[in-house]
Parts: sequence; C-alpha cells; structure tokens
Amino acid sequence: MAKTLADARANVRHGGERPVTRKRVPWGAWALRINALLTYIFLYAPIVILVLFSFNAAKFGTRWTGWTSQWYRDLWQSEKLQAAAWTSIKVASISTLIATAIGTLAALALSKTRWRGRRAFDSAMYLPVIIPDIVLAVALLGFFTLSFRGLQSWLGLNLQLGLSTVIIAHVAFNISYVTVVVRASLANFDQRLEEAAADLGAAPWQIFWRIKLPLILPGILGGALLAFTLSLDDFVVTFFARGPGVNTLTTEVYGRIKRYVSPEINAISTVMLVLSMVLVVLSLFMQRRQSSRTV
Amino acid sequence: MNPHGPAANPVWAVELNHVTKTFHGTAAVCDVNLRIADGEFFSLLGPSGCGKTTLLRMIAGFEAPSDGSIIIGGTSVGDMPPHRRDVNTVFQSYALFPHLSVRENVAFGLQMKGVPKAEIATRVQAALELVQLPGFGDRKPRQLSGGQQQRVALARAVINRPKVLLLDEPLAALDLKLRKEMQIELKMLQERLGITFIFVTHDQEEALSLSDRIAVMNHGSVLQVGPPAEIYERPLTQFVADFIGECNFLPGRVTAISDGIAEVETSSALRISGTAPQPVAPGDQVMIAIRPEKVRLIEGERPSISNAFPVQIERVAYIGSDTRIIVRLPDGSSFDVWESNTISTLDPAAYYAAGDKAWLTWTPQNALVLTE
Ligand SMILES: Nc1ncnc2c1ncn2[C@@H]1O[C@H](COP(=O)(O)OP(=O)(O)OP(=O)(O)O)[C@@H](O)[C@H]1O
Ligand SMILES: [Mg+2]
Repeated sequence: MAKTLADARANVRHGGERPVTRKRVPWGAWALRINALLTYIFLYAPIVILVLFSFNAAKFGTRWTGWTSQWYRDLWQSEKLQAAAWTSIKVASISTLIATAIGTLAALALSKTRWRGRRAFDSAMYLPVIIPDIVLAVALLGFFTLSFRGLQSWLGLNLQLGLSTVIIAHVAFNISYVTVVVRASLANFDQRLEEAAADLGAAPWQIFWRIKLPLILPGILGGALLAFTLSLDDFVVTFFARGPGVNTLTTEVYGRIKRYVSPEINAISTVMLVLSMVLVVLSLFMQRRQSSRTV
Repeated sequence: MNPHGPAANPVWAVELNHVTKTFHGTAAVCDVNLRIADGEFFSLLGPSGCGKTTLLRMIAGFEAPSDGSIIIGGTSVGDMPPHRRDVNTVFQSYALFPHLSVRENVAFGLQMKGVPKAEIATRVQAALELVQLPGFGDRKPRQLSGGQQQRVALARAVINRPKVLLLDEPLAALDLKLRKEMQIELKMLQERLGITFIFVTHDQEEALSLSDRIAVMNHGSVLQVGPPAEIYERPLTQFVADFIGECNFLPGRVTAISDGIAEVETSSALRISGTAPQPVAPGDQVMIAIRPEKVRLIEGERPSISNAFPVQIERVAYIGSDTRIIVRLPDGSSFDVWESNTISTLDPAAYYAAGDKAWLTWTPQNALVLTE
C-alpha cells in the first residue's frame, strides 16, 4: 500500500509542478485532472492490492515475501469452494432466467401503454435499485417468515429458508435491473418500425417476433448479464435469505474471514472480480450494440 | 372524374367522408371529402403541417379519424387494423428495418402474405431493379445513402402490389436527375399495375406532371380538387393560385360585369378586365391573379387593347429558357413578367434592360378575378 500511495504522491507532485512550466493550461483544469487521478487511485488501489496479495507467498500478515500461485491451486482443490461456486452459478442462472422473463415483460408493458399511474409504476421500478441491500434483505426475510407461517397454519406446509428462498430473493431485486435496462433499449426502439411492419401485413405477434424482439434483444441480453453479475456478487440479501448450510461464493468468503484476510480469500475475490468485470463489459457491449444498430 | 370513363355505379378506390382529425383540440385534418378512383394517380399538395401525412395515416389505419368515415374499395374500414388493409405506405421517414438486409426488407410484405420462397426471390430482384438498386440486396439499411434508403422503402411497398399505395414524399431525398427518372418509373409502374396512388409531394412540378388529379390542402382542409391544368389555370382561391406556380396579385373592387368579363378597379385606380371562375357581383372586393408567363411587354405606342399599362423595367434576370423581368406599375407596385426566349441571339438590343419603358398587357382571360 505504501508503495502505491508513494507513487500517487509522486504523481500528484509531478502534476502539480506542471502549471509553472506550461503556462497555457489554467490551474482549474489541472486541479480537475489531479482530482480525477486521485479518484481513480482511491477506487482502484484497494483492488490492486487485493489482487497483488492473492499472489503473495506469505500465509499470514501483510508482508510481501514473494510470488506464488499456490492459493489458486488450493482453490481449485477445495471441495467446499467448488460447492459454493456451483451454488452461486445455480442461483445466478435460475434467478437471471426468471428475472429476465418477468423484467422484459414488465418493460414491454410499461412502454406500450399510456395508462394512468404509469409514471408511478415507472418510478417504483427503481426502488429496489436505490434502497440499501440490508433493507431489502430484512424486508425479504420478514416476508419469507410471514408467508411460511401463513402457509403452515392454512395449508399445513412446512417450508424453510433454503436455496429456493435465495433464488426468489435474487429474482426480486434482479427484476428491477432487467426492467430498467430493457426500458432503456425500448426507448431507443423506433415505434415507426412497428407501423411499417403492420403496414406490410404483419400481425401484432409477427411484429413482435420479427421486428421488435430482434431489435431489443441486445438490451435484454445486457440486462440478463447485469442480473447474472449482480446475483453472483450479492452478499447481503443471500446472507439473510439462505437456509442453514447454503453457501454461495460470497457467503463462503465471509465465513472464512476470521481475524485476518488470508491469501486464499484474496484469490477467490480476484476470481470473482475478473468474472464480474468480464460480465459487466459484455453487458455494456450488448447494450451499446443495440444503440449502434438502431441509428 | 374517373380517368377510365364514368362507371354506372362506381366503387371508389378510396372514399373519405367528412374526415376530421383533432390532436389535443386542434384540427390537423378538417372535414375532408374525397373520392379517389380506381387506378388514379392522386396527389396531395400543400404547405408543411397542412395535414397531408395525417390524412395518409388515417387511410393506412395508424390514426383513427375523430369524425367521418373512410371507405377503401367499397368497405368501410372503421377500426380495421393496418395489417388487414390492402394498402401499403412509403413512409416519409422510410422506416426501414435496421436489423434486416435490403433484400429481407423488401421481401417482408410477401413473407407476411405467405408467398412461396422462389416467387419472393424473383419479385424482390425485380423490385430492386425497378428502383435501380439490384446489387444492394445484402446491405443493411445503415450502409445506404438517404436516397438509396428511400428507394428501398419504395421497393418494399410496391412489391406487394396493393390496391392503394400511399406515398409520403417518396422522392424528396433524391437528386434532380434520379428524381426525374424515378418519377417516370413510378408513373409507368402505376399505369402498368393499375395501382391507385395517393401521392404527397412538396414539388408542384412533380404533382402537375404525374397526377390525374391534385388536391390542394391548407390548414387541414382541401381547398380545391381537379386535374393539373384546372388547378393551375383556374385556381378558385388566392391561396391555390399562389401555392401552385407564381402569381401576381392586385386587390380591387368589381365595377361592372359583361359577357362573363368582370371590370375591376384596383385600389390605385387601375382599371382591369378579367375572368371570374366563380360568380361575382359589382361592388365585391376581389383579388386579381395574373401568372407572370401570361402577360406581354410591348414597346412603343400604346397598344389598342383594354389591359395595357405603362411600366418601367426594374430588374432583368436571364435564366436560359426565360427572361424574368420585374416591372413597376404606374401605382408603384412591382409585377413579375416571364418572357420566353424564343429566338437565339446575343444581341443586347433584343433584351430589356433596367430603366426601359414598355406597355404591360394581357387578355382578359388571363386575369383571374378571385373572391378570396
Ligand atoms: N401525433 C400528433 N400529435 C399532435 N399533433 C400532431 C400529431 N401528428 C401531427 N400533428 C399536427 O398536425 C398537423 C399536420 O401534421 P402533418 O404531419 O399531417 O403535416 P404534413 O402536411 O404531413 O406536413 P409535412 O409536409 O411537413 O410533412 C401539424 O400541425 C402537426 O403538428
Ligand atoms: Mg408529412
């Protein structure tokens, strides 16, 4: 850390001297540039350190003792971790599928008609995006507990928190994200194309399959990838909604943190980081593709 | 009105009865009544925002009339959805499908009708040749220029051979030469297939040369309907006279009428005799409309005809086929005169020059006495 910070200071000092030598650049512009640089350092330094230390040979402490890929090999061999990874992928896949279907339909419904109160619905869609995870998690836990009790007294069903509650919880927050992304891609969709298709004799369902769906598909896939990423990354909601013995990668990592952060944890985190970044880049790429297509 | 002769009991291709469309209280189309014959080339002409597109959209079924009824091929289309109407549209905005190739765009209508694949392929090829884009089938719309996109839109509509084709400024994005070629292609196509065209254009020359009949619109209303010559030679209102072609206007008051010729005294005491397409009575406030190519300039002695006024040449513009001259009348108002250059000469004496004096004359049948 010291190394990086020292670098940063050096950079700042270096940058700070320039206005004296190059008089044309106003000091305000330099202040902004320095600010941007500091922001990036602030954002990325911890991540860079995490990645570095996942290759640190020292088992304990924060001292650098040399390079190793030992921790990654350990990961590969740990059955518990593999089980957690598998659970993560299962939860992410199933919740993404369900949330994408529901979210896309919701976006279509919201974009199509101009019924009263649509704006209120529109804004309400953003709620899960903006409320704190912990609030959502507690609310979902309360919801599960209440409905389980209700179902038990009325139907005699004995339901417990478990994997399915995690999936349901993930569906709950992912619907919002998918809807928001698909709404954006529908906003780019030119309504006149629907008219042109109808004019050429296409019935509403043909218009949907032949024209509308292909054109908003990149948006839907983008939304799905985002949902998948968010699901993989989620800790708080999973932690509350899971039953005993259910562990995703995030809860597994949390369970392993005792008094210090072990290099293994750094290694898992690095793997998750890379995976998420790839997925987010893919998601953005899909969304960008649509806008370049429609113009 | 039917170009193929009157039928005993004609079924009109399109019939509009008292069609009105209001958006948020303002009328975009106002009480329009039109009967368009089978196989007719019918043009809608009017300034921007006068309701042409709105009228087409109601015929195509994208907007429901606020009032009135639309009958296509004898069937009232009240709330028939667009895809059931045997009408195709060439959209002002092209509206090509961006994810489909040119070929797939053009084939779309036939695919929806379930035409066999082999037939689709040959007809698509023919349609692309028609619009002079035979090698462009595999391109995506975004890889085409505006004019090329417009021609794809045209091919995509025409290929379906609908009863009625609605064309919303289909040639607006083309350069002059291509535009002329496409005008001829369109006209031939329309005659060969017997499709009824309802054609919106801003280009009067295009409307005059292609149409069987023209409807001139303003502020959502149809002001006059008739064959091109009638619209040009016998405009009923000042707006139509002004909108189609060029026109000089002189306000005045009717003083006498004899043998269908109205005597009018202008506000500056010029006495003009002209023809009134609609009945006028002495004392009426009128507008005299005179086309610039329908007057003559004569040098020398005062000619012995009723409409002759001494003028001074103000400005002369030689434009090849014509010379356009602005003259000043005795009352100080200016007047446009177009003289055909019927003789090829470089002699400057053959042309008028600014400052020359002459007599401006016209025969009474070339001066229209309009009531509005
Ligand atoms: N969906 C709509 N909502 C509100 N007003 C509209 C709508 N569509 C058209 N209008 C209005 O109706 C009037 C007629 O519009 P329209 O598009 O039919 O004109 P146009 O004759 O086709 O003009 P242009 O030659 O510029 O294409 C305009 O004043 C326009 O603003
Ligand atoms: Mg228009």
